[in-house]
Amino acid sequence: MEGRSVENSRRVDLAVGAFVAAGLAALFVLAMQVSNITAFQRAEGYTVVGYFQNVGGLRERAPVRLGGVQIGRVSDIELDQSRFEARVAMTIAQDYNDLPSDTAASIRTSGLLGEQYISLEPGGMPDALSEGDELMLTQSALVLEDIIGQFLYNQGAGGSE
Amino acid sequence: MTGLFERLGASTLNSITTLGRAVLFLLRVIAGCGEWVRRPGLLMRELYSVGVLTLVIIVVSGLFVGMVLSLQGYYTLVDFGAEQSLGVLVALSLTRELGPVVTALLFAGRAGSALTAEIGLMKATEQLAGMEMMAVDPERRVIAPRLTAAFISLPLLAVIFTLLGIIGAYIVGTALLGVDSGAFWSQMQAQVSFGDDVLNGVIKSLLFGLVAGWIAVFNGYDCMPTSHGVSRATTRTVVVTSLAVLALDFVLTALMFD
Amino acid sequence: MTANAPAPANSVLIDINALHYRRGGRLLFAGIDLAVERGEVVAIMGPSGTGKTTLLRLIGGQLSPQSGRVEVAGQRVDALSRRALYRLRRGMGVLFQSGALFTDLSCFDNVAFPLREHTELPEALIRIIVLMKLEAVGLRGARDLYPAQLSGGMARRVSLARALALDPEIILYDEPFAGQDPISMGALMKLIRQLNDALGLTSVIVSHDVDETLSIADRVYVLSDGQIIESGTPEALRQSDSAWVRQFIDAQPDGPVPFHYPAASIADDLGVDSEL
Repeated sequence: MEGRSVENSRRVDLAVGAFVAAGLAALFVLAMQVSNITAFQRAEGYTVVGYFQNVGGLRERAPVRLGGVQIGRVSDIELDQSRFEARVAMTIAQDYNDLPSDTAASIRTSGLLGEQYISLEPGGMPDALSEGDELMLTQSALVLEDIIGQFLYNQGAGGSE
Repeated sequence: MTGLFERLGASTLNSITTLGRAVLFLLRVIAGCGEWVRRPGLLMRELYSVGVLTLVIIVVSGLFVGMVLSLQGYYTLVDFGAEQSLGVLVALSLTRELGPVVTALLFAGRAGSALTAEIGLMKATEQLAGMEMMAVDPERRVIAPRLTAAFISLPLLAVIFTLLGIIGAYIVGTALLGVDSGAFWSQMQAQVSFGDDVLNGVIKSLLFGLVAGWIAVFNGYDCMPTSHGVSRATTRTVVVTSLAVLALDFVLTALMFD
Repeated sequence: MTANAPAPANSVLIDINALHYRRGGRLLFAGIDLAVERGEVVAIMGPSGTGKTTLLRLIGGQLSPQSGRVEVAGQRVDALSRRALYRLRRGMGVLFQSGALFTDLSCFDNVAFPLREHTELPEALIRIIVLMKLEAVGLRGARDLYPAQLSGGMARRVSLARALALDPEIILYDEPFAGQDPISMGALMKLIRQLNDALGLTSVIVSHDVDETLSIADRVYVLSDGQIIESGTPEALRQSDSAWVRQFIDAQPDGPVPFHYPAASIADDLGVDSEL
C-alpha cells in the first residue's frame, strides 16, 4: 500500500525501472552474444543442394566450411525417394558467390567426437555456383563399421599371401 | 484399515476443494487487475519488494552456478577432448533449464515466502477484513498487484541469472581452466538458438512466475489467521512452489524440446 | 462529503428478523429479532462465545444467514450485489477489536485511506478532514506516528477516527472496551456517546463490559445460547428478575451459565467410592 513520501516513491520508481531495464538488457545480450539470432538466414544467402549416400550424424544448422572457414549452414536434410539418397540443402552466405561449379562437398567430423559438418573443396571450373545448383561431387560420411570391415578384409587378403 | 482410507479420502477431497478455491481466487484476482492499471504506483511498490529485492540473491547465485557448471562441465568434457564446447554446455544448460528453474526456486524461498507472510499477517490482524468493511476489495488492492509483480519479475530475474551464469562460466573457463575464449563464444553462438532455447526459457519462467506468485498469495490469503497458521502457510508456499515448478518444468521440457 | 446509501423515511435503521445462523455445526442464532433505531446507542451483550462478533459480520454483509432477514437502511444485506453492498458499507463504520490499522501506514494515512479510496477530493481538503477526525478523538498530535508506536487505546481511537472518515450513518463497535485501562476506557466511553449525539450517528456496541456499556447505551439486548433473553433500557435491565440477566449483571461465576463445563462426576473420574 502507498505511503505518500514523494522522494521515497521516486526512489522506488527508479529502482524498479533499473531492474526492468537490467532484465531487458540481459535478454538483449542473450539474444545477440549468446545465441545465433543473426545466424545465416535463408534471405541472406543462396541455397545449393548435394546428394549423399550417407549423411552420418550431420544435423540441420551444421556449419558449411571451406578451407576451415564457415561460409554457410545446412538448412535442410531429407530423403530423396527417387534416388534413395539423402538430399542436403545448404545456405551459403551471399558474400561467397564465386564458388566454382565443380566444388566438391564431403562430410567431416570436427575432432574425434565432435559434430559433423560439410567441407567444401573448390574445383577449377570458371562458372560459379548459384541459387538452386547441385553439387555434383560428394563424399559421404565415414561409417566406422565399413572401415573396420574393410580393414579386416584387407588383413585377411594380405595374411593369406 | 478403513480408517486409513477414510483419512485418505477426506484428505484428497480437501486438496481438491482447496485447489478449486485457489482457481476461483486466481480468476477473481486476474479480473481485479484493472485496479493497478489505473494506479500504477501500487504495482511499482510491489515490483520493488518482489523483484528488486530478490536481485541480490539471484545475481550471486547466478554467478556461482555458472562457475560450478563451468568447472564440472570441463572435468567431464576434457575426457572427450571436447573442452572447447564448454560454452555450449553452459549456455544451453542455463538458458533452457537452470535459469528458469533455479530462479523460480530461489524466488519461492525469498519472495514467495515474504508475500505469504505479509498477506497472512494482514489477514491475522484483521487488516483485510477492515479493508473489506471500508468497501475496498482487498483482492484488487492488495493481491492483484503482488501477483502481477511476481509474474513480471520472474522472467527478468531468470534472464539476469542466466546471463550472470554464463559470465561466471566464462571467467572460470578462460582464466582458470584455459578454455579458448574465442571458441567459448563462437561455439555457443553457433549452437544456441534464440527462438528454441532463450525464448523457450523465457516462456518457462513466465509460467513459473504465474505459478509461484499464485501459490504465494493464495497461501497467505487462505491461511488460518493465527501465528501458527501464518508460519505453516509460509512453509507450504516454499514446498508447494518448488514441487510445482519442478513438475511443470518436466512437462514443459517434454513439450518444448524434442 | 457523505457517500452513503439514501436515508429511509422510517426510524428503524437496522432490522433483524427471525435470524438463524449456523457455523461449523453449531447453531449460533436460533431465530433472533433485533431492531436499532436511528440515533440510538444499542448494546448487544452476553457471555463470550455467543457469537456477538458474528452478529456484526452479518449486519455488515460479510456473512449470510441461513434464514431470516437482516435489513440495513431498508435493504436486505444478503441480497445485495457486490457493488450495492460496497456502497452500503461506505455508510457504515466498523471498529474492530484489534483496531485493524494498516501497519505500514502512519495514523494520518490510515485515516485518509477511505477518503483517498472513495472520493476524488484534493489532498488539501483531505488533510483538513483527517485532522478534524483525529482532533475529534484527541489524537491530532499523533498523526505521524505508526500503529506500532501506539498504545492499544490510542490505536482504537485512531481506528475510530478512520471509521468516521466518510461520515457514516452507522458505527459498529466490536468489543471496544476489551483489555483497556480505566483511562482509555473512560476516553472511549466519552467518545462513543458524544460522537453519536453530536454527529447524529447510530451506534451498535458488542461488548461484555457491563458497567461501561450500561452507562452509555440507550437500549440493551442480552444474548445467550442463540436467543435474546432480555432487552430494554439499562435501568430495566439492572432491575431484571431473569436469572440469566442477574448472573450476567451481578457477575456471578455460577448460575444459568454453569461454572463447570459438562463432565462426568468427579467421583467417577478419580475412581473413588462416591459414598466417602
